[in-house]
Amino acid sequence: MEIGYYPGCALHGSSNDYDASLRTCLRALDVHLRELDDWICCGATAAHSLNHKLAVALPARNLAIAERDGLRSLLAPCPMCSMELLKARQAIAGDARLRGEMAAVVELPVEGTTDVCNLIQVFQRVGLDTIKAAVTSPLDSLKAACYYGCLLTRPPDVVRFDDAEHPSSMETIVEALGAKTVRWNYATECCGAGMTIANDAIVLDLAHKILANAEAHGANCVVTACPMCHANLDMKQADVERHAGAAHGMVVYYLSDLVGLALGLPEQALGIDRHFVRERTGIRNQESGARRPAAPAPES
Amino acid sequence: MARIGVFTCWCGENIARTVDVDRVSAEVSALPGVRCSVNYKYMCSDPGQTMIRDKIASERLTAVVVAACSPHMHLKTFRKAGQSAGLNPYMVEMANVREHCSWVHHDRARATAKAIDIIRTLVHKVRYNHPLEPIRVPVTRRALIVGGGVAGIQAALDIADAGYEVVMVERDPSIGGKMAGLSETFPTLDCSQCILTPRMVEVGQHPRIRLHTYSEVEAVNGYVGNFTVTIRKKARYVDIDKCTGCGDCWNACPLKKNLSEFDYGMGYRRAIYMPFPQAVPARPVIDKTVCPKLIRNGCGLCEKKCQAKAINFKDEDRLVTEQVGSVVVATGYQLYDIGREQKNPRLTGYAEYGYGTYKDVIDGLQFERLLSASGPTGGVVKRPSDGAEPKTVVFISCVGSRDNAKGLAYCSKICCMYTAKHTMLYKHKVHDGQAHVFYMDIRAGGKGYEEFVRRAIEQDGAHYYRGRVSKITEENGKLVVRGADTLAGTPVTIEADLVVLASAMRPSDGVSELAQKLNVGYDEFGFLLESHPKLRPVETNAAGVFIAGACQAPKDIPEAVAQASAAASKVAVMFAGTELTREPEVATINELTCAACFTCLRGCAYHAIDKAEVKVPGGVKRVARVNPGLCMGCGTCVALCPSKSADLEGFSEQQIYAMVESLGAGELAAP
Amino acid sequence: MSHTPSAAARSAVGHDPFAHIAVRDCYQCGKCTAGCPVADRMDTVPNQIVRLVQVGRTDAAIRTRAIWDCVSCQTCTTRCPKSVDCAAVMDALRQVSFESGVAATPARRTLLFQKAFLQNVRRNGRLNELELIAVFKTTAFLGDLSVPLLFKDAMLAPKMRARGKLHLVGKKVRDRRVVDRIFARCLNPKGHAVPITEG
Repeated sequence: MEIGYYPGCALHGSSNDYDASLRTCLRALDVHLRELDDWICCGATAAHSLNHKLAVALPARNLAIAERDGLRSLLAPCPMCSMELLKARQAIAGDARLRGEMAAVVELPVEGTTDVCNLIQVFQRVGLDTIKAAVTSPLDSLKAACYYGCLLTRPPDVVRFDDAEHPSSMETIVEALGAKTVRWNYATECCGAGMTIANDAIVLDLAHKILANAEAHGANCVVTACPMCHANLDMKQADVERHAGAAHGMVVYYLSDLVGLALGLPEQALGIDRHFVRERTGIRNQESGARRPAAPAPES
Repeated sequence: MARIGVFTCWCGENIARTVDVDRVSAEVSALPGVRCSVNYKYMCSDPGQTMIRDKIASERLTAVVVAACSPHMHLKTFRKAGQSAGLNPYMVEMANVREHCSWVHHDRARATAKAIDIIRTLVHKVRYNHPLEPIRVPVTRRALIVGGGVAGIQAALDIADAGYEVVMVERDPSIGGKMAGLSETFPTLDCSQCILTPRMVEVGQHPRIRLHTYSEVEAVNGYVGNFTVTIRKKARYVDIDKCTGCGDCWNACPLKKNLSEFDYGMGYRRAIYMPFPQAVPARPVIDKTVCPKLIRNGCGLCEKKCQAKAINFKDEDRLVTEQVGSVVVATGYQLYDIGREQKNPRLTGYAEYGYGTYKDVIDGLQFERLLSASGPTGGVVKRPSDGAEPKTVVFISCVGSRDNAKGLAYCSKICCMYTAKHTMLYKHKVHDGQAHVFYMDIRAGGKGYEEFVRRAIEQDGAHYYRGRVSKITEENGKLVVRGADTLAGTPVTIEADLVVLASAMRPSDGVSELAQKLNVGYDEFGFLLESHPKLRPVETNAAGVFIAGACQAPKDIPEAVAQASAAASKVAVMFAGTELTREPEVATINELTCAACFTCLRGCAYHAIDKAEVKVPGGVKRVARVNPGLCMGCGTCVALCPSKSADLEGFSEQQIYAMVESLGAGELAAP
Repeated sequence: MSHTPSAAARSAVGHDPFAHIAVRDCYQCGKCTAGCPVADRMDTVPNQIVRLVQVGRTDAAIRTRAIWDCVSCQTCTTRCPKSVDCAAVMDALRQVSFESGVAATPARRTLLFQKAFLQNVRRNGRLNELELIAVFKTTAFLGDLSVPLLFKDAMLAPKMRARGKLHLVGKKVRDRRVVDRIFARCLNPKGHAVPITEG
């Protein structure tokens, strides 16, 4: 299967472990990624907060490139990017005047015909049965809290994916890998996203609640499909613990990490060794790629 | 030769402002057949009508055209006037020069010319009018009541007490409806069953009421005054005549854990069960979906125990036919089941409230059962998950109502009142409990209602927050309710032991199918349509069919009872004589020319055409024949008939063509 | 009581920022506030923000810190029973705030960050994280002289470097000029040069 690939700035920058993870994992599943040529930033929060035209134009430029280069489908692993691309696509496809205006702004014709999908959807397209059949190391000691964050399922009439109140698409995949999932109450609660730098009190508060709830419901790890969520829960976990006066020690995986591990792919290739919070012993089936030290290593 | 009088009305300023009435009067006096043409300020008034009568006599008129407002307004008035002067009322026509002319144009010259044109067409039409007699149909003076809730019960008793027979059909095994399951009613806090059960018994024992419980209306044929209704009596598997209601059967039944419908799932019943102890009829019914004897010929204990030999596993549904003259629909309501799973594709439910996921999130009717002295917990407030007494209860108003996004835009009217009631009853039972209510507005417009709600807040200490709830989650056995207080401008989070949702009122399931059988309209929500929302709230556009209670719109008990009595009075009016009259403007079929192709029969939406045979020299001829009792005068058959045998009295083809051709003579017709 | 945006709002962004949002439909039920993850720290909660817009007081709305505390999680829009796009109201108010240069003092840092983000993307086509942090910290420090901000997360940098997450130079966009032109066509010419005041 071939699919267009829009990494976005996060995966291109400090979330390149996510990029490595999904590339490694998808390659093993015979999914060939064709990176969008000369893609630009989707605008993220800054564009839609400061200028409505830019908020459509930046994603539109990327959609236009995809159309020009014949990429019918585009994987955008960051839900912020995928939501902005879908929003722009919806606006453009439904408004001829806007189409014309955007074509002039981005200097390329754009129709809004590209299909944009997230990582979970790509796994769904590969097929649950295919994935199950490829599992060599079932993750049977994992009890995962599947964390969707805000924009995978919201706003529902833009992203049209899963259920905005009780999503289950990630659980289906995680369970197919042999892991258990927990029922918990913060699956779609926001982590604070891009507020990390300018207003991190919000992030520390929200991230603490998310990690605490996952623990309270018996999870021994959190799984996510968003680079911002991962950064706020993993990279900032030490800060969260300091701010809340509570220890979490909760390891946070990307969904592609788990799929890759279950397929027997090595940790380093998946970028798992680059996470901040290391795993606790026994949390995973020991037959997979790398061995862990006996004592839980504190975040170094 | 027709002698036509034309009477043009000024209608005060309504017509005269735009149409030059004097000129119209003068011009139409020259039309063929017109013997007199006069005008007056208010033709429908007493002097106006006197003028018409006088002219009929003095000019020996044989036909009258009144140029005025819409026939919907005053055709009856002018026909009566004509009749009182000795003219057949169907020789009176109206030319609408108000709604069709003066009210929709500004140009005086052109409007005047158009008014003249309109009158010309009616003058040409009325030349082909002939006297008609109203159609008389006999009326069966028996009423059918569909639905045995408080509205149906009230209507049944009123009609039966007026001396007429009543047939009541109720879908559930007992009458009583939703009111039988309530604990106490607002604003008096009367015990609901205490005030209802005497009425239920009266219905059960009334000599003129025939009760068909556990039954549904299968088919309705006929027309006003003459309905033939087929009723399906579902198999109870218990002979209610032999049964004494002793209870040996259900006490013996080993299947104890079936969710009770009467308790809305808050309690259990056996496979053979009586819905509630005060049921009318006080007889059990067997649930064929779980009874082992019916499924695989197992068990059969109840039959063994029954000393009256009333159990009959061979029972089957039966169809019975009843002849009635009118129908009152009182099928009541259900609550919007607001979990995620929805049968109706228009409804999406509320996944964010956890109804159906969390045991301690229940709706208003379920809470009534917990409060009720005869309920599954004996009137002790216990929460469903662990039976503990809840010390913090959150009540949420407007769940499913006033919500355009999830499908029901309307207000359900009763929830503000029953929520206040719930907080009070809860407090009366759990003295150290605290009720919290999240509301948007308080709708308490009835007698004593406002005072009732204030009592809940001021005397019984319920906390009211103006704001909706966004989400409910469960943590450590508590329900975390995230709401808002928009008056204080803050979010409000409450950890509750129990949450009660005031879910929207919707019409009962299956009512749209019933409506179609009766030719009654219903709106997008399924509520049955009244003829006129202000002036005709209990009639429908199906003659002889009336509505009462929550099937028409959300309402409380006093309103349902009032509407039921109103519907009963309409039935009594119908039954006052032994005959009903219908307008004679119906279709007729010329049996000489009819070729019996029956295209008309297939096209008739009212099933008003039958196949008939006439004797002709040499044998028998098949023809189509219109039933004047059913025909609604729509004219479809006239349009369909290939041999031009079908025609419409009062709107014959000859008349229509005459009207159309006469238009060619007018000023406005110039090419 | 006016149901149209104040004249100031319209002149700031050059069009009616609430044109496609059915602000009139809001009946102030508060479900947005109830579900908002940051409502308890806001100076003006979401339903009140919408109320201010309804009565034509966008000038008051843009001066709240609430619009910059908003995390754009879309929960409000998703649950609104009247389908009012509350998140879009927040966006519109942020745009007006940016264009008019007026923002609540505690929110200035957030607004500065978003401006720096956009400038960075305009220059590079894609986000250059190191450059963004450097520029943001400098301008923020120049604005409020807050030393803690300069050193915030400083310990994170070497850890990120050790994990290969910090690149001094990333793979650049080839056609950066077109990005600049796109920005020029969208932004109000004086837009991001306007200094922020509390107004």
